Amino acid sequence: MRHALNLAWQVINVDHNNSHRNRSYVLKGAYLFALFVVMSIICIPGLWIVLNSFRPAVEIMAKPPIWTPSFTLDHYRALFGGAGEGGVPVLSYFRNSIIVSVVSTVIAVLIGMSGGYAFARYRFKGKTGYFVGLMLFRAVPGVALSLPLFIVLSRVGMIDTHIGLIFVYVAMNVPFTIWLTDGFFRQIPKELHEAAEIDGCTRWQAFWQVEFPVARSGVASAAIFAFLTSWNEFALASQLTRSVDSKTMPVGLLDFTAEFTINWGGMCALAVLMIIPALVLTFLVQKHLIAGLTFGGVKG
Amino acid sequence: MTEVVIKNVIKRYGENQAVQGINLEIKDGEFAVLVGPSGCGKSTTLRMIAGLESVTEGDISIGGRRVNDLPPRERNISMVFQNYALYPHMTVRENLGFSLKIAKLEEQKIAEAVNHAAEILGLDELMDRRPAELSGGQRQRVAMGRAIVREPDVFLFDEPLSNLDAKLRTQMRVEIKKLHQHVGNTIIYVTHDQVEAMTLADRIVLMKDGYIVQVGTPLDLFNQPVNTFVATFIGSPPMNLVNAVVQGENAIVLEDGSHLPIPSSAKNRVEDGQKVLLGFRADHLMPKGHAISEEGPTGEFELPINLSEPLGAESILYTEIAGQEVQAKMLNPRPVVSGEVLKFELQLDKCHLFDSETTEAIRS
Repeated sequence: MRHALNLAWQVINVDHNNSHRNRSYVLKGAYLFALFVVMSIICIPGLWIVLNSFRPAVEIMAKPPIWTPSFTLDHYRALFGGAGEGGVPVLSYFRNSIIVSVVSTVIAVLIGMSGGYAFARYRFKGKTGYFVGLMLFRAVPGVALSLPLFIVLSRVGMIDTHIGLIFVYVAMNVPFTIWLTDGFFRQIPKELHEAAEIDGCTRWQAFWQVEFPVARSGVASAAIFAFLTSWNEFALASQLTRSVDSKTMPVGLLDFTAEFTINWGGMCALAVLMIIPALVLTFLVQKHLIAGLTFGGVKG
Repeated sequence: MTEVVIKNVIKRYGENQAVQGINLEIKDGEFAVLVGPSGCGKSTTLRMIAGLESVTEGDISIGGRRVNDLPPRERNISMVFQNYALYPHMTVRENLGFSLKIAKLEEQKIAEAVNHAAEILGLDELMDRRPAELSGGQRQRVAMGRAIVREPDVFLFDEPLSNLDAKLRTQMRVEIKKLHQHVGNTIIYVTHDQVEAMTLADRIVLMKDGYIVQVGTPLDLFNQPVNTFVATFIGSPPMNLVNAVVQGENAIVLEDGSHLPIPSSAKNRVEDGQKVLLGFRADHLMPKGHAISEEGPTGEFELPINLSEPLGAESILYTEIAGQEVQAKMLNPRPVVSGEVLKFELQLDKCHLFDSETTEAIRS
């Protein structure tokens, strides 16, 4: 009797195991499918841009679509060609974008890091108020500021200058940088700073020798975000720039729209050129983005 | 000479007073342990000595020099933190040598000092690892090494063993004691663990609610607690306290009506009818036949056992005297079942009396 019961129990057990295993297969399949759908939504527009930059204009506009695309570098050739051949001052736009993005990022990170450190480490009056205020400022849509910014910048003669755009981007990026670096500095136990001070450091030395290296992944992420925001910003840049002296790449994309037509191929080619530096930079910095440097220094 | 003197030191955080005017002198080369329950102000006191907290009122001097307003780096101290606070981006070697690098010593001198410290603490093989690759005990040793390398006047330890498991804690306790014997510097050590305090200290400073309750050698605090707080905080198991009332000049009556003579130390210090607490340690209430035979008067009780905790060489017995739970000790233990009634002897010479209201010890 006992033997029979044992056997029955084993059979039930096996069935139970099988059903659990099957369910985990189904769940895994569903997970992969969902992942595919989400990644498609994210990647297809980018892919569309890259592919179209290598296709003749007729193919891009073809209805029904042509599924076996041909390959051409015409758009790129035209891009760097003369003004009459559909060319745009890519190099000027690129230079402007680099200057504005890099300078504004460096300034925003320096200010934001100091702010984030202060919020993480010091107690002062109205701390929460300041912090919420900064976040609220970030919540205002940039375009809403374009008119007041335009008026202010034109009064001080900073329309169509690098410095004007840099000012605006620094203001846009500082709150977010503060918020991000504050979180990272908060994760670093204050004992590290104290240990450094006891080891003979001044506050300044303790920050640069100990806290900054430990938080550099956070600072790197803040920098990447600030850079990408400046690099990709269009709405304000289109209002505040006028000529090749200050127009950035996103604004340059407008050069491909005429009154009745849009040169999709050229626009896509410029867009690809715009994506590449951002992609390279993100790739270079991404290993610093992986947090976890703080683990081990103190008992978790 | 690096004695540390704390004079009328007060620390306030807004309305909160964390340290309420303490006075303390720690002698050169002394191992002083600040101990007390959490929130008693011991860590704040240590941090004020280190310069990590400002002093609201009073003076702190190290080696005869008033240091109230000096930053930590100018106090020539080193500190081991509870969570080690090793620099995660540096190797063990860099961690150990960091303070000397900041002091701009020559590379060769740094290497010598680092190697010397590593040798003392057995870190030689870990020198190129980062903190994340070390076990808890190894990190603790690196933290200690970092403290030694500087050759400071005073070592400060802030609950350095709290994050270790029980076995490692015992090992590291021994290492810290050895370290003190080796370097001979003044050490101020903060802990909430009375066992650490007892085993390590030359002198214990017991704190509560921002005040110093008692300062003395471990045996002073163990044998002559100034009040019930010290009596129950120091020693494991804690001292038993039983309600009693003084009757006449020579006796106290427990709540069940049993009489005991007044402990000799408290004679002539009590009044008839005074409410008191009779205090005695488990070591002094033992079952007959399982006790250390000592001369002196004893009180005898027949007590039922509620619970027994065998520890190997001895057992802790939970029983009741006059309706109050007390703990007794059984040497050469035999198995005891709950409900069993044993005859106990209480060594009256070792008993203490405390005033019920003030909780202060009554001692001549």
